[in-house]
Amino acid sequence: MSALHISISAEPVFHIGFLVISNSMLTSLVVTGLIVLFCLIVRSSLKMKGKPGRLQSFAELIIQSLLSLCEDITGSRVLAREFLPVVVAFFLFIILNNWLGLLPGVGSIGFRAHPGETESVVMAPVSEVHAKGPESAVEKTAATEGEFIPYFRAGTADLNTTIALALISVGLTQYIGFKHLGFSYIKKYINFHDPINFFVGILETVLEFAKIMSFAFRLFGNIFAGEVLLAVMTFLVPVIVPMPFYGLELFVGFIQALVFSMLSLVFFNLATLGHGEEH
Amino acid sequence: MDAEATKNLAMGIAIGVGAIGPAIGIGLIAGNAVAAIGRNPEAASKIQTNMILGMAFAEAVAIYALVVALIIKFV
Repeated sequence: MSALHISISAEPVFHIGFLVISNSMLTSLVVTGLIVLFCLIVRSSLKMKGKPGRLQSFAELIIQSLLSLCEDITGSRVLAREFLPVVVAFFLFIILNNWLGLLPGVGSIGFRAHPGETESVVMAPVSEVHAKGPESAVEKTAATEGEFIPYFRAGTADLNTTIALALISVGLTQYIGFKHLGFSYIKKYINFHDPINFFVGILETVLEFAKIMSFAFRLFGNIFAGEVLLAVMTFLVPVIVPMPFYGLELFVGFIQALVFSMLSLVFFNLATLGHGEEH
Repeated sequence: MDAEATKNLAMGIAIGVGAIGPAIGIGLIAGNAVAAIGRNPEAASKIQTNMILGMAFAEAVAIYALVVALIIKFV
């Protein structure tokens, strides 16, 4: 099973001072760079009259379809325009991260860490080998060769990235609630009017934390499970058979990006409604 | 039973039992969506979008079980 490389956490690639740059962070940076570059190119070639270019049509297609989605859910153009930038940012960042993880070379091109360079990763198996005794001599050579570390790993296949995205989404929900309802938004969580509302408030508070977990694990689980599925399929049958699974993963990547941005949108919209109107 | 065998068994039970609920849920969603399309074929595209979204939510529960199984196996 030595050919099968599955790691549940992102591995450090290099260090800048005390800051550890992991391979999923590297991919996220590439994705951010791509999005910024795309936006700059579209902005510079923007034509207000006459026939728009292909690139402009493509950008308009993305914005238009997401704007109509926002309008369908919020039911008002003003709110839709307010939430649109966040929704588009979530959607583009997540979908590009998901699809970048499917490119050949991502997760398969890397280097072998020298023992001692990444202490915690490499030293642990070595001590295990000594404890187990001579029957695992093969593992020993593999351990002294060093752990295989790919340069790139899909950003959303790392729990840190998805928890960060979930925190941004839930944090923004609170901000939007306070912005639209003023201080009375806090009544959703702390309410002393009657005992039932008090307990509902406690439940709502717990629900906010559950939302972070569910956002983070849904995205991470789907993308990481896809990577494991592809790795296992490639390990079992290297040709032809993994191909339909790549198609499936393209679809899953799109659906998960859509689900994340749409759920965020629904929660933003709920936060703008007062407590009475919600029921 | 040593630790490794227990781990493998726990992983199998985690994903096996965890997949039952989402499987029933996805079956119900798809069945009802097909019935709805049969009754109102013009609304097929709208129903399909909602069906796929609902499936993604039902599937997420299976994915939680899978994450737990993978954590048991690899951590």
